[in-house]
Amino acid sequence: MNIAVCVKQVPDTETRPKIDPSGKKMSEEGVKWILNPYDEFAVEEALQLVEKNGGEVTVISLGPAAVEPTIRAALAMGAQKAIRIEAEENPADPLVTAKALAEVLKQGNYDLIFFGKQAIDDDYAQVPQMVATALDLPCATVVVKLDIEGEKLTVEREIEGGKEKLSLSMPAVISAQKGLNEPRYRSLKGIMKAKKIPIETVQVELASGQLEIEKVKFPPEKQPGKIVGKGADAVPELVRLLHEEAKVI
Amino acid sequence: MGKFQGVDFYDIDSLLSEEEKLIRDSVREWVEAEVLPIIEEHYQQAKFPLHLVPQMGEMGLLGSNLPEEYGCAEINNVAYGLIMQELERGDSGLRSFASVQGALVMYPIFTWGSEEQKRYWLPRLASGEKIGCFGLTEPDYGSNPGGMKTTAVDDGDAYILNGAKMWITNGSIADVAVVWAKLDGVVRGFLVEKGTPGFSAPEIKNKHSLRASVTSELVFQDCQIPKENILPGTSGLKNALSCLTQARYGIAWGALGAAMACYDEALNYSQTRIQFDRPIASFQLIQDKLVYMLNEITKGQLLVLQLGRLKDQGKMHFAQVSLAKRNNVYHALEIARLARDILAANGISSEYQSMRHMCNLESVKTYEGTHDIHTLIVGEKITGISAFV
Ligand SMILES: Cc1cc2nc3c(=O)[nH]c(=O)nc-3n(C[C@H](O)[C@H](O)[C@H](O)COP(=O)(O)OP(=O)(O)OC[C@H]3O[C@@H](n4cnc5c(N)ncnc54)[C@H](O)[C@@H]3O)c2cc1C
Repeated sequence: MNIAVCVKQVPDTETRPKIDPSGKKMSEEGVKWILNPYDEFAVEEALQLVEKNGGEVTVISLGPAAVEPTIRAALAMGAQKAIRIEAEENPADPLVTAKALAEVLKQGNYDLIFFGKQAIDDDYAQVPQMVATALDLPCATVVVKLDIEGEKLTVEREIEGGKEKLSLSMPAVISAQKGLNEPRYRSLKGIMKAKKIPIETVQVELASGQLEIEKVKFPPEKQPGKIVGKGADAVPELVRLLHEEAKVI
Repeated sequence: MGKFQGVDFYDIDSLLSEEEKLIRDSVREWVEAEVLPIIEEHYQQAKFPLHLVPQMGEMGLLGSNLPEEYGCAEINNVAYGLIMQELERGDSGLRSFASVQGALVMYPIFTWGSEEQKRYWLPRLASGEKIGCFGLTEPDYGSNPGGMKTTAVDDGDAYILNGAKMWITNGSIADVAVVWAKLDGVVRGFLVEKGTPGFSAPEIKNKHSLRASVTSELVFQDCQIPKENILPGTSGLKNALSCLTQARYGIAWGALGAAMACYDEALNYSQTRIQFDRPIASFQLIQDKLVYMLNEITKGQLLVLQLGRLKDQGKMHFAQVSLAKRNNVYHALEIARLARDILAANGISSEYQSMRHMCNLESVKTYEGTHDIHTLIVGEKITGISAFV
């Protein structure tokens, strides 16, 4: 099997976000970068498939040279090849990213293309679907189980209140959700091997963005709580406040 | 409490390679997920988490600076040190296990073993399939191992060992013991396999320290071992001591991990614990303690990093290792005590880790050459005068 996994470098989940002076994006100062956690499920699934059926996993990421440590982190899990699509920074418009990825994916003849279900920085959850559309391939998102029998792919995806079972023809685009598998720990051997794998850099003309971020801001500070009284006598007042002030009931 | 973010006041990360950082972060991730949730209970019940050994093997954490040819990861000594740091942030017992397996068992087999011994033992010890221990200390010979009483006699077909070793990490769980004994008055290394008649390894119980680590006695009564089990390259006490240099190097890094865990815990606690209507972190006396902790961690980090670079260049001197072990363990223990102090009553509870680290570090201060013995090693190096006797 020939599998591609598209990965993104994102700030560590423990990062305390700061807003860039432009007001249009998060500050990158002092940020510790990691492989997007959902992408780890994608890499793991690809590796398991290749370990079972033979083949190769190619990790693909778009961004400046600064994203290479993240590509290496994915390679260190066991992937065989890597491609970085040159870009000065991560495009604000996911469509730009998707078009560039599709351009490169088109040439790879992949049986399966994996993504994480969303990147934890912008949380758009758009790129996998857009790539599938650009390549005219079937797409299953938020996948928690995946089986292959011959040419047939069956997946389970999470939906509100339950699960949906789909069958797809290959090639296909899959976006991975937590629960799909248990990503492996990187071994030292994997890390040492990854060090020796060349990361191929490719140039793709990036489309101009059609979406622009106007402003990012923090949620309003939490107001202190209010104690309305004690015991059953306080209930009517509590109900009134929840209804009229908080407007939640 | 959030995920541990490391302690790096001087941007020391910028002195590390991408792969050194990735190795450290991968081990940190493993410790966070597999060690921290279970270690306190193991410590309380005085149980070594044996189930973690194959995982450490699979990740390549055992004997990781030895060659690939023998199934090891062959990483550099700075990355090796960072692994020790992360393991000891979990627990000194786990780091002790890795130190013994790698520096005290695999290293001597690699350095003075026959090719057959290397081919047989190293890959199995690297994967964690087999466990090793290192027997040098005796009940009456601790700081002065040269006086050891354990002897080996060549009876033509075999060596016969007699004597006893004390305070041996991993002793009761080991498949193979690297035992130091005098053969015709010369200290030599021997491989004694579990189950050899005349060899037993009772566990030392009821410890106040390193409770999540196995410590044992090794007893040899007319214990007959095959001739091929001698480490052929060994020729004196200096061989055993050079193993200790390897292990002490890792301990100097490891102690920092325990210190970081305590500092991190104390810092978080002091920012959330309210007394006199304000966080205790707002008091000068608390800040003084926190700053001492950070100060010593930062100095210790720079110390071991340079030591590691020297080791990778083949320029490290054992007295430099002594200085680093002495300094880093001493301050780690002080940091653990201060953290316990800042946590006050909560500090003695098993909900927090500082006191576990504190108790562990008491052993770490003693083993692999006590603090004072390292003072004498460095003292001899700078004055040219030995003050041991
Ligand atoms: C948990 C644990 C695990 C261990 N694991 C191992 C192991 O795996 N393998 C192994 O071989 N050993 C192991 N040891 C033993 C350890 O290395 C010894 O305990 C250590 O070397 C000190 O020896 P001792 O306890 O006999 O102390 P002693 O040598 O009796 O020292 C007592 C005190 O006297 C001081 N002292 C001694 N000589 C001098 C001197 N010349 N000048 C000034 N002060 C001096 C010491 O600093 C110390 O304070 C372990 C110990 C512990 C606690």
